[in-house]
Amino acid sequence: MIELHVILILMILGAIVAMEIEDLLSSVIALGAVGLGLTLEFLLLKAPDLAITQLVVEILALIILIRATVHFGVERKKYKANPLYFLFAFMFVGVFLWFSAKALKEIPNFGFPIMKVSSYYLTQALEKTHATNIVSAIILDFRGYDTLGEATILFTSVIGILAVLRKKGRSHEK
Amino acid sequence: MKNEQGMSIIVKRITRITVSLIFLFGVYIVLHGHLTPGGGFAGGVIIALSFIHVVLAFGKDFALRRLNEKLASIFESLGAVLFLTVSLLGLFLAGIFFLNVLPKGKPFNLLSSGIILPSNIAIFIKVGAGLFMIFIALAMLRITEGKKGE
Repeated sequence: MIELHVILILMILGAIVAMEIEDLLSSVIALGAVGLGLTLEFLLLKAPDLAITQLVVEILALIILIRATVHFGVERKKYKANPLYFLFAFMFVGVFLWFSAKALKEIPNFGFPIMKVSSYYLTQALEKTHATNIVSAIILDFRGYDTLGEATILFTSVIGILAVLRKKGRSHEK
Repeated sequence: MKNEQGMSIIVKRITRITVSLIFLFGVYIVLHGHLTPGGGFAGGVIIALSFIHVVLAFGKDFALRRLNEKLASIFESLGAVLFLTVSLLGLFLAGIFFLNVLPKGKPFNLLSSGIILPSNIAIFIKVGAGLFMIFIALAMLRITEGKKGE
């Protein structure tokens, strides 16, 4: 379990670097390091489906971020923050950590007592769907409604992006 | 200089070789989605990445001559309709929405597990076209605006 915590600490450091560094390209690269750390975490937790998806989506997001932001010098303004803001931020973080520590104590251990629904999936998935990748069997057979909703979300987001950016595309075509 | 859009000749040569391999890997991830880790979403993103690879290496004008937004939008809608058709198949054939009605075959075979393979392919078409279109809209169309201002 020690490697999980090491990668987690590296991810937190990468996020801090991405927030604080001056150069925009370095910030995006630090963000990529955080995503790669998340991929390794998923692999160590034995979730290869999630790891593959996380890796490729991270690469796509990095390409879009680099092309969309780095080419155009985005201005960075420096301003003096009110010290009261820091106080509120620390208070919020403290309350959040306290509540999450309390909540995490209540949930069962990681993967040990297999719950009712997941034990049904694990024992019956191969028999009922004849698919050997149980994750695939769950998201496309047992919980197909969720995947249909997810596909609808992606469709809606593409329509929204094209509706917002359509004018420039049209004028470029002519 | 107008023909020299995109990156250097080294990148273009390598792209010619690697793009087909990336495409093939995406198709493999999709078709084996019910046997090995992967599936429609990851495979679709890989396909979109292979197209983005071409666009980045060869420049916008060369790549978008064939792969324009209209084609991508047709494929996006086709994928959505295909996925909905697969899910409605259960409603029409057996009366239950999203029922696995197709023959399931033997486990570990490529043609097995009923509707999981067709819906993987539908999601793959949809995600690939949709993410490619998002990339064009977010990253490419703004550059022309910058050129106009120059």
